[in-house]
Amino acid sequence: MGTPFMSSGTSSFTEFLADYNPEYLPGRRMGALGVTGGSGGGLAAEVPHGTTIVAMTFPGGVLMAGDRRATAGNLIAQRDIQKVFPADEYSLVGIAGTAGIAVEMVKLFQVELEHYEKIEGVELSLDGKANRLATMIRGNLGLAMQGLAVVPLFAGYDLETGVGRIFSYDPVGGQYEEHNFYSVGSGSVFARGALKKLYRADLDQVGAATVAIQALYDAADDDSATGGPDTARKIYPVVSVVTEDGFRRLPEEEVSQLVHEVVDARHRLPEGPQAPLR
Amino acid sequence: MTTPFYVSPEQLMKDRADYVRKNIARGGSVAVLNYDGGILFVAENRSRVLHKISEIYDRVGFAAAGKYNEFENLRQAGVRLADTRGYLYDRRDVSALGLANAYAQTLGTIFSEQVGKPYEVELVIAEVGDTADRDQIYRLTYDGAVFDESGFVVIGGPAEAVSGVLKNTYAEGSSLGAAVRTAVAALGRDGNETRQLEPSQLEVAVLDRNRKQDRKFRRLVGNQLARLLADEPGAEAAIAENGNASSSGGAQGEAGSAAASQGDLLDDVDEALDGENGDES
Repeated sequence: MGTPFMSSGTSSFTEFLADYNPEYLPGRRMGALGVTGGSGGGLAAEVPHGTTIVAMTFPGGVLMAGDRRATAGNLIAQRDIQKVFPADEYSLVGIAGTAGIAVEMVKLFQVELEHYEKIEGVELSLDGKANRLATMIRGNLGLAMQGLAVVPLFAGYDLETGVGRIFSYDPVGGQYEEHNFYSVGSGSVFARGALKKLYRADLDQVGAATVAIQALYDAADDDSATGGPDTARKIYPVVSVVTEDGFRRLPEEEVSQLVHEVVDARHRLPEGPQAPLR
Repeated sequence: MTTPFYVSPEQLMKDRADYVRKNIARGGSVAVLNYDGGILFVAENRSRVLHKISEIYDRVGFAAAGKYNEFENLRQAGVRLADTRGYLYDRRDVSALGLANAYAQTLGTIFSEQVGKPYEVELVIAEVGDTADRDQIYRLTYDGAVFDESGFVVIGGPAEAVSGVLKNTYAEGSSLGAAVRTAVAALGRDGNETRQLEPSQLEVAVLDRNRKQDRKFRRLVGNQLARLLADEPGAEAAIAENGNASSSGGAQGEAGSAAASQGDLLDDVDEALDGENGDES
């Protein structure tokens, strides 16, 4: 165990890694790209991008769901990518934007939270976790300026107040607390429209999951980069919740059943459930 | 010009070793033993927040005896090393053997080469495997020596006396409750007297092989521990169920041990940890 291991004074894994070898951090490799400024360059169109994530709170917890498609330009890069992850036992992170950097950032964020807990002996508060994620996005600013932005969505169960909370971010690291529901990614405008009409404050877990699947269906309906449920290949959205009991990813049978109910209903009403006029 | 006294290397090392051994023997003991579901750590420790037993990584636990600031420093270094390795390679690539070797090198260097005093610590690094025969327990001494132990090991305090008791009472493949009671009985039998250790004087944790999460380390606190010690029926089943829902040790809502890393607190800290010497009530 060399010097950085024995003498580092920080409880943050990211800061420790910057001390140990900064090249290991996402967002510190601008030099290798050889690009200076300009956005939406050639590279940004070639690497896979993740698309739509939705999140909503329900009494006693929060739910997050994401479609399974990654696109590279006009091509589908992957059909079954996972874009919603547990950040730790009581929080979730979903990713939109440049998939490679985003997945690396999630991995680092997971270690960051676990590392803090082990070094300090206590978990970070939910606001503390949200702020750490904002710091990481700020570290990626250089790449974001070149079109390789990462826009995560963070949600968690606040152990102090017993409610689910949602935080959104912009590519420069701005952090905003959202209420009730939110959506990010290329199909987010359509998903948010659906959420606005379908969300109720008193949804239970199954209800919230159904609303999320409806919203993702609407996003896929109008955004070519968002994947709809692939019933032929049995690829369904990833739906995860955190409650007082911790993280739970809904098992595939459960999601499959809800997806089939939604898809069957759309065969009768292609635009989905109708909200009352008044 | 004055000529320094000649001290033979043998004498120098012996002096250092005597100094360290004496100080480690002052505190309470820590016992680490196999049970049918994994590895059990039991320490005599009156503090709820200044831990002698900790999680390093998914399958790897850490136990220490000696001076708090020194083993806490080593523990944090181990967490950094494990997290770095797990991040750069894979979670499965973090092993107790790798950590034990890193600790051995560090302790060996500090003991033999440094101008300052050696570390007054003894460590156990344990890893729970998929099956009982793949469990690993390593004991490290202050001079960097590594011992590959099987079954049970005791460090700190009257380690030899406690170990002697365990030699007769330890049974392979016992249940969690039986293992806890065996260990606690042994820890209370230092020297000639027999003490009954209460849950408030104990720090207990397990590396639970059957835990569903990646992180197998879990503290047993409060009611859970009291029920195990009292051999209440159903106590073990309750713990097994409970373990798959709740988060690991850190989430117990304790005040962080961060405060303890401030230098001026450290003397109090060592006294608190080795309480039974400080106040012989």
